Amino acid sequence: MTVMEQRGAYRPSPPPAWQPRTDPAPLLPDAEPYRVLGTEAAAKADPALLRRLYAELVRGRRYNAQATALTKQGRLAVYPSSTGQEACEVAAALALEERDWLFPSYRDTLAAVARGLDPVQALTLLRGDWHTGYDPHEHRVAPLCTPLATQLPHAVGLAHAARLKGDDVVALAMVGDGGSSEGDFHEALNFAAVWQAPVVFLVQNNGFAISVPLAKQTAAPSLAHKAVGYGMPGRLVDGNDAAAVHEVLRAAIRHAREGGGPTLIEAITYRVDAHTNADDATRYRGDAEVEAWRAHDPIALLEHELTERHLIDDDGIRHASEAAEAMAADLRERMNQDPVLDPMDLFAHVYAEPTPQLREQQALLAAELAAEQEGGHR
Amino acid sequence: MTTVALKPATMAQALTRALRDAMAADPTVHVMGEDVGTLGGVFRVTDGLAKEFGDDRCTDTPLAEAGILGTAVGMAMYGLRPVVEMQFDAFAYPAFEQLISHVSRMRNRTRGAMPLPITVRVPYGGGIGGVEHHSDSSEAYYMATPGLHVVTPATVADAYGLLRAAIASDDPVVFLEPKRLYWSKDSWNPDEPSPVEPIGRAVVRRSGRSATLITYGPSVPVCLEAAEAARAEGWDLEVVDLRSLVPFDDDTVAASVRRTGRAVVVHESGGYGGPGGEIAARVTERCFHHLEAPVLRVAGFDIPYPPPMLERHHLPGVDRILDAVGRLQWEAES
Repeated sequence: MTVMEQRGAYRPSPPPAWQPRTDPAPLLPDAEPYRVLGTEAAAKADPALLRRLYAELVRGRRYNAQATALTKQGRLAVYPSSTGQEACEVAAALALEERDWLFPSYRDTLAAVARGLDPVQALTLLRGDWHTGYDPHEHRVAPLCTPLATQLPHAVGLAHAARLKGDDVVALAMVGDGGSSEGDFHEALNFAAVWQAPVVFLVQNNGFAISVPLAKQTAAPSLAHKAVGYGMPGRLVDGNDAAAVHEVLRAAIRHAREGGGPTLIEAITYRVDAHTNADDATRYRGDAEVEAWRAHDPIALLEHELTERHLIDDDGIRHASEAAEAMAADLRERMNQDPVLDPMDLFAHVYAEPTPQLREQQALLAAELAAEQEGGHR
Repeated sequence: MTTVALKPATMAQALTRALRDAMAADPTVHVMGEDVGTLGGVFRVTDGLAKEFGDDRCTDTPLAEAGILGTAVGMAMYGLRPVVEMQFDAFAYPAFEQLISHVSRMRNRTRGAMPLPITVRVPYGGGIGGVEHHSDSSEAYYMATPGLHVVTPATVADAYGLLRAAIASDDPVVFLEPKRLYWSKDSWNPDEPSPVEPIGRAVVRRSGRSATLITYGPSVPVCLEAAEAARAEGWDLEVVDLRSLVPFDDDTVAASVRRTGRAVVVHESGGYGGPGGEIAARVTERCFHHLEAPVLRVAGFDIPYPPPMLERHHLPGVDRILDAVGRLQWEAES
């Protein structure tokens, strides 16, 4: 029967019932980034944790400075510094349990080191003697990831697999504001929410994707608001307040561990250095902006809190500084040794067993190396 | 010993059986993709797996190929053995970044500490009347990516044996399933499935003395048909089914061409920058003094895959193959 024939008999019917699948209200981030230092919440913070965060921040700042110096000496091919962002880096590492997994981006060397990775091994990628200088299983740190946001679905898959196996493991995935524009960011968050995977996404909004400011990156109210579209909570935190970042991360990790699913956290911070040693930040930002952020420095903030409340004395501050210097001296010394390279490694791990084609190429290189040994080139 | 009667089975059924047997044998094998669960896949290759093994072992994912492969990477990092289905050849492209930047090189990046035993199943090729974006031959892209194995079956038995081998491999394998052979039938005993085939071995499908047709996947039956038709012209053609594009079985291919002295490479993929160029070069490098004629290629045209009503003009057929065989400088022999 056509609509025309139905005329008269037809009674308009309402559409089948619809309702939102989730109440969006509890997912919305707070109006202001959450802060602890300098607020009433600081009184509730564990002094031992604050002192530990402080020591790691000081060590982290020194690590960034030393690594940047190594680029100038030609010992590192490149170093994307996280100076100014140490609170996020350190809190991320300290908020995880040992059995958990960290998925860092290329700017997160510091988080990997704070998690226990050998400082030299963590720099293998940037020195250029191999890609990943460590066994990811050892400290449960995935390889430092260069293609933006592509590590996020890995974190989701790993967390999902752990849950399927019945293991109590949470994955923490780190990304920047630029990375939040990538398709993999979207797909990872969507999969995580659909699967209710025990994963936490930490976006360090440091203001710039190399030279492009956030305003050209997104029109969202905040990056944390993106969470609502996926059906997960979004949280905003002062990314230079190590105690606040740690607390928000701990809560999200606990939530994930208890089966509550993923959380998206946006930490508002600032990349004080240029993108890398090869970048010139004066081309796209002014000194005043940088100075305003320097005044809200993560180390100064925490040191002020600790001294005001007499949780640390001059000896404690000196001790943190000396430990950082010792780390830097060790890093310098070890990085000034030339790495031992075996060109034949190029073929060793492409496949479990080299293909016949690779074996032929392996033989070619071996012959070239032997000729070099025998004295010069043809 | 009782003789089990061989029953005709389709390639799709053999693939299903391979997935099922792999899942039963190894609890770390997880099947994931779009529509692979309740529906059993648009080609029904995963039919019944969700019911038998549960949604956690055979998972309907959100519709996002990069997300599917990206999460599979994470699952493999944690010790699972994901088998990912890309619904169609041209729908696999969003997953290329994950495939190229991570899947293919994670073992190498980590000096062997983090291998990724992922099988990526890709229905590929034309000849099924598919509309735009449903008929691509994407194998050259995969072949050009170090760290991947690239495998494609042409028979029901190989579909089973090679898929079992792909899933068992500790390296990532791109498993290309010729769509138009999904419903091809063969005598095959599902109760005594063919052995797991080692990856990287070509097979001589038909022995002959006059010339070698080097081919794979959907073009294998076409070449066998051409070889039959060639008898009328007095040519006795050998047909080599490569089965594995990476690694490449130089030995089997070169041995055949040395015997016959002539070779034609046949595939649906475009000729320029296609697999045939690489294969012809490898054959020439190894068999130059045995060759009576240049190695020729019969390939799809270098055009975007045509609309279904024109695809028969694009796909290498018996006549085009025989024309190429006719150009192998036979007059020099007499």
